Amino acid sequence: MPPAVTNFVAEAAAAPEGAPSPIRQFLNARGSGGTADGVFKGVMLLCGLSIFGIVLFIFTILTVNSKLSLKQFGFHFFVHSGWDPVSGDFGALPFIVGTLETSLLALAMAVPLAMGVAIFLSELCPAKLRTPISFVTELLAAIPSVVYGLWAVFVLVPLMRDSLGPLLFKYLGWTHLFDGYNFGVGILTASIILAIMILPIISSITRDIMLAVPTSQREAVLALGATRWEMIRTGVLRNARIGIVGAVILGLGRALGETMAVTMVIGNHPEIAKSLFAPGYTLASVIANEFAEASGDLYLSALIEIGLALFLVTVVVNAIARALVWAVTRGAPARTI
Amino acid sequence: MSTNPFHAPPPSDRDTLAQPPDHKSQWVRFNTARRYATNHLITGLAVLSTVLVIVPLVAILIYLIYMGASSLNLDFFTKIPAPVGETGGGMANAIVGSGIVLALASLIGVPVGIAAGVYLAEFGRGKLLAGAIRFTADVLNGVPSIVMGISIYALIVKPQQHFSAFAGGVALAVMMVPTIARTTEEMLATVPHAIREAALGLGVPKWRTVLSVSLKTASPGIITGCMLAFARVAGETAPLLFTAFGNQFWSFKLTEPIAALPLQIYVYAVSPYDEWHRLAWAGSLVLIVMIMVAVTLVRIYASRGVLKGAS
Repeated sequence: MPPAVTNFVAEAAAAPEGAPSPIRQFLNARGSGGTADGVFKGVMLLCGLSIFGIVLFIFTILTVNSKLSLKQFGFHFFVHSGWDPVSGDFGALPFIVGTLETSLLALAMAVPLAMGVAIFLSELCPAKLRTPISFVTELLAAIPSVVYGLWAVFVLVPLMRDSLGPLLFKYLGWTHLFDGYNFGVGILTASIILAIMILPIISSITRDIMLAVPTSQREAVLALGATRWEMIRTGVLRNARIGIVGAVILGLGRALGETMAVTMVIGNHPEIAKSLFAPGYTLASVIANEFAEASGDLYLSALIEIGLALFLVTVVVNAIARALVWAVTRGAPARTI
Repeated sequence: MSTNPFHAPPPSDRDTLAQPPDHKSQWVRFNTARRYATNHLITGLAVLSTVLVIVPLVAILIYLIYMGASSLNLDFFTKIPAPVGETGGGMANAIVGSGIVLALASLIGVPVGIAAGVYLAEFGRGKLLAGAIRFTADVLNGVPSIVMGISIYALIVKPQQHFSAFAGGVALAVMMVPTIARTTEEMLATVPHAIREAALGLGVPKWRTVLSVSLKTASPGIITGCMLAFARVAGETAPLLFTAFGNQFWSFKLTEPIAALPLQIYVYAVSPYDEWHRLAWAGSLVLIVMIMVAVTLVRIYASRGVLKGAS
């Protein structure tokens, strides 16, 4: 027979594991124990880690499935320009060149305009206009790629073929960039649609970054007698320049991976051409166009290797861009699409 | 007139400026004029570029809406595609197909995304691991959707030897997770700490606090964040090309190829038939309206500055 105990502390200390106190039992029944909290936190952590999991999964599965082509061609794959599925000759150079050409051209067109828009929205815009303009920008950034492609096929391509193209040839023909037959579809058309698509993204992130510059910086520069532009240049742009570079690189990442709209207007021809009117091909559009009908393991694995290359490049580009943007906005990062 | 300097009036600013300028002040004046001219020039350029950007973009938007509205009719929502050469027909099967694929994607993507966001906001404040997850999620947001498509193809379609609605749903779910995680985190960050502390102070366990206090307070924002992610993936074509694949007929099975709105728009847009082009415009309008609603709701719910540029 156990001794009678009146001391609660001693009772609690001496209580056997099998019989928790009524209060503890009540709390556990309500899920107030440490176990429930631990399980909950564990599940949340697992879901958080799933984001790492997705990245690892994509990398692994693409590597495994492109093994055939990785083994057969090695690094030569990326500097070789043949693309002949029938004879099994694969090289990704035309696609790499096409991707870089369209993306850089798109950046060249979009960045100056996007800077102007961002400066206007963050520094000059009357408060009444700011909300509608940024709303429209957000909306345009959210329109699906395939819809831009549809517009490009029926509006931009005829425009390019009938009016814009001949005009360019007439005035800039001496550069020999616009030689050859103008089909309407081609590198230049793809670059223009890309520029239209990345403009809202670059300008809205740049605006966010410029708004993150403290107002005191602007006031200080203005107090020294600067004009508004000098204030923007020394007070805002100089402070935000790292983040602006990040925003531009983010736009580059978007342009590199853009698939549908480009596939619809680039002409899909695996050849490196000097003319901007010539049809081309990009990494993403060759996958979109040929993957479903790829016959043969080597063909498929070559396409998957292109996908792997695209994945690695966009991850690196985006990581650099994010790091730069985060450096400026500090914990309140600008979001994208 | 006395030459006594004490009797001369003190020179005012106006007098100094009115003096014939010496070499230096002329330079100063020129410089000031140059600075103001630059200022006006740049202001003008900024305004001009905004006009150059906004006007064509709005024109595109209006054109899309106009073309869509003039091609949309009731058949679009009730009939399946007509064979080539026949007029009429609609995209009913594609709308239903999109619905099925998106429902599956949301079923997988939304809980995982929200849970990841809860970890980032409630458990991971200031932790290195949470920072790494946040960064990875942002990077993952920028990975091209076609890469997701071929990854899921290699994972599901290749072993099964056939395209399926299930594979399409998984591909879209994978794309939803990082977006939803980041919006959820940002929405939870707007919940005041005092509310959480009040709940914890009443003896409510942490998990209960998160579910019934933090998540409930932030729920309008989180729901709209999910809608935004939903609207985004609803327009995705590239990940569905090799997973859901598309279908000209009705299909309700998860194990079979299924039609989807963006896929159908793509196929019809590159086809040579006018009737199909009309349907493509109508389909685009449906997608655009969906996205407009989502973006508008996000703007209404999210406090300004939280979801800027989210799309």
